[in-house]
Amino acid sequence: MATSVVLAEAPEPDFYHAATKHKGILSWILTTDHKRIGILYLVTMLVFFFTAVVLGVLMRLEMLTPGKTIMEPQTYNTFFTLHGIMMIFLVIIPGLPAVFGNFMMPIMIGAKDVFFPRLNLFSWWLFVAGGLLALVSVFLPGGAADTGWTFYVPYSVRTTTNVLPALMAAFILGFSSILTGLNFVTTIHRMRAPGMSWFKMPLFVWSLYATAWVQILATPIIGITLLLVAIERLFGVGIFDPTMGGDPVLYQHLFWIYSHPAVYIIILPGLGVVSEILPVFARRTIFGYKFIAFSSLAIAFVGSLVWAHHMFTVGMSNTGMFVFSLLTFLVSIPSAIKVFNWIATLYKGSIELEVPMLFILAFIVQFCIGGFTGLILGTLAINIHVQDTYFVVGHFHYVMFGGTGYGLFAALHYWYPKMFGKMYRKTPAVVSWFLLTIGFNLLYFPFFLLGYFGMPRRYYDYLPEFQTYHQISTVGSWILFAGLVIMFVNLVVSLWHGKRATANPWGGETLEWKVPSPPPLENFHDIPVVTTGPYDYSKYERVVQEAK
Amino acid sequence: MTSHAAAVAHGHAHRDDVGTKLGMWLFLFTELILFGGMFIIYAVYRFSYPTEFRLAATELDTLVGTVNTIILLTSSLTVAMSITAIQEGKKWLSFVLVAITIALALAFLVNKYFEWGHKIAVGLYPRSPELLSRPAGEILYFGLYYVMTGLHALHVIIGAVILAVMMVFLAKGTINKHSYVRLEVGALYWHLVDIIWIFLFPLFYLLQ
Repeated sequence: MATSVVLAEAPEPDFYHAATKHKGILSWILTTDHKRIGILYLVTMLVFFFTAVVLGVLMRLEMLTPGKTIMEPQTYNTFFTLHGIMMIFLVIIPGLPAVFGNFMMPIMIGAKDVFFPRLNLFSWWLFVAGGLLALVSVFLPGGAADTGWTFYVPYSVRTTTNVLPALMAAFILGFSSILTGLNFVTTIHRMRAPGMSWFKMPLFVWSLYATAWVQILATPIIGITLLLVAIERLFGVGIFDPTMGGDPVLYQHLFWIYSHPAVYIIILPGLGVVSEILPVFARRTIFGYKFIAFSSLAIAFVGSLVWAHHMFTVGMSNTGMFVFSLLTFLVSIPSAIKVFNWIATLYKGSIELEVPMLFILAFIVQFCIGGFTGLILGTLAINIHVQDTYFVVGHFHYVMFGGTGYGLFAALHYWYPKMFGKMYRKTPAVVSWFLLTIGFNLLYFPFFLLGYFGMPRRYYDYLPEFQTYHQISTVGSWILFAGLVIMFVNLVVSLWHGKRATANPWGGETLEWKVPSPPPLENFHDIPVVTTGPYDYSKYERVVQEAK
Repeated sequence: MTSHAAAVAHGHAHRDDVGTKLGMWLFLFTELILFGGMFIIYAVYRFSYPTEFRLAATELDTLVGTVNTIILLTSSLTVAMSITAIQEGKKWLSFVLVAITIALALAFLVNKYFEWGHKIAVGLYPRSPELLSRPAGEILYFGLYYVMTGLHALHVIIGAVILAVMMVFLAKGTINKHSYVRLEVGALYWHLVDIIWIFLFPLFYLLQ
């Protein structure tokens, strides 16, 4: 009796249980459903994430004492190279767009799938191929690449390690990233539900849109640059070789023409996640919607013109340095607009400290530290002093991990009920957040001091006076690791033992909360007609007003 | 907007040719920027070594380059005509026109093969003793010549393969009078191959 009632209430099975063309594992790796592809990306990304985390923890362990602690210098070189390649190309670039963008964006704009579903699957296949190539290069004779993730010439042309497979891996991953961006721009242009005008789009979608354009327009440059390094290794045409008239500095320009916009590919969706989650747990209509939306585009645009601030010490005209320094400072304006709008949204809100919100609040603080140290680095005089020191590494990790990494964890805890139809336990999640945040700051804050006192990045050994800072940092890495383990054990255990999630556990107003958790195969039985903006919390605000 | 809404309302069964072409144009942007990186490098080195570049350019065979330019321009015409043909429902005419386009692509590649073969025969190839004995600007010129025309030739091959697939679609009737967007995006790719050559030709053959 009871079953028939349930069936009558839920006529459509969720996408995990809907009938598929293929069975078993094939129903996943040959799927064109954007939700399944999102889950595929999540799983593969997490595999690479934990591999790279372990490499990072081992590197920190090596830095516990001066000289050799657990590994040889050459091993250390390959570890920081692999850690960089994996974390950047396999974790944080695809992390938010490919995982949560794929899963949520079509639902958020009221579509049944992305515009090119088969291309979407192809992007994931390329992603896996690139990742495997990066892993395989470790075990081939010759040893893993030891150039750093930046592949600077002339060393990357001369070293005998397996740079070629690593270059090809990055090239393939770039191609995958381009195709995802192309798919998203087309989807957002052509598949919004009736009534979903540009300014009724959720801000996460806006950030994905800005990101997708950078993916499309910047990635081909790294493609051709890495290809040229590969050609240089194979045929020696001399384009970057000074003995044949080539210019290694030109490589650095081309590399950063992509790789600086790449950090905006990484951070923009993180900023989008904050704008998405903050109003839900503050129960406030987002402050300055249009400013936040346009600031994403402004960051994408100005951020594409600042690449040479990575190269202030390699030789450039003074005019060039002034221009690039000025442009770098300009990026802080749209970034600050976002932060001010977030704070204004929190003001007089009814703040609920759910787990995603905790990650968001830590994000804002850490992103500010990362952002301000970025301005310090963009200052010409100071840059000369701290160029290529731990200061840069600290800044980078505050933005990339303290920012985007935290955005990733916030998104994971926010959309987990929607993706898996289960709730996780709150207490272990809060404990993991606490440990992670303590560990993160212990790990990376000493980097600023180390860098300021002159500790160069990527060095295997150091002077004895730096040891205290390195030890604090290493202890931080253990706490951070413990936090990560607790977080993911909690999330994995909850897949089986969690309570069933309702369609809208957080009280969100965007479209993904109007479909069941997990969503049915084609998301919507009838395409919704959108009449209000994405964060309409006026009813809560009225209650607060009346209470006064 | 209304047609868009109607297209969405039909869900998976919908066809949105404008969207498909938008996707292809975005992809063409990425291809242009890929070559854009090469054009930046060319510009930088031409600026650094103007005399050597002019001197080295005299060693290329302008006649072969001109013939290849004419071949590619004609192929763009035939592929555009194939779209008009299918719009009018002339399936086999369209099929033949795509076949002619592929034949022209092959003619281009054969020409290229002999051109490269001749250069290699006289000892002008990367790391050759003859080339290394020359000034730096000329080494870079020939380095760029091989990389850029090689990358372009690779795109000619990819384009020809795409067009071959279009021929299969035409023969099977998947591409027909009412649904020919695949042929359109295939032709767009072919025009890209063409326009890149339009820039490569003067940069290498004519600026002497």
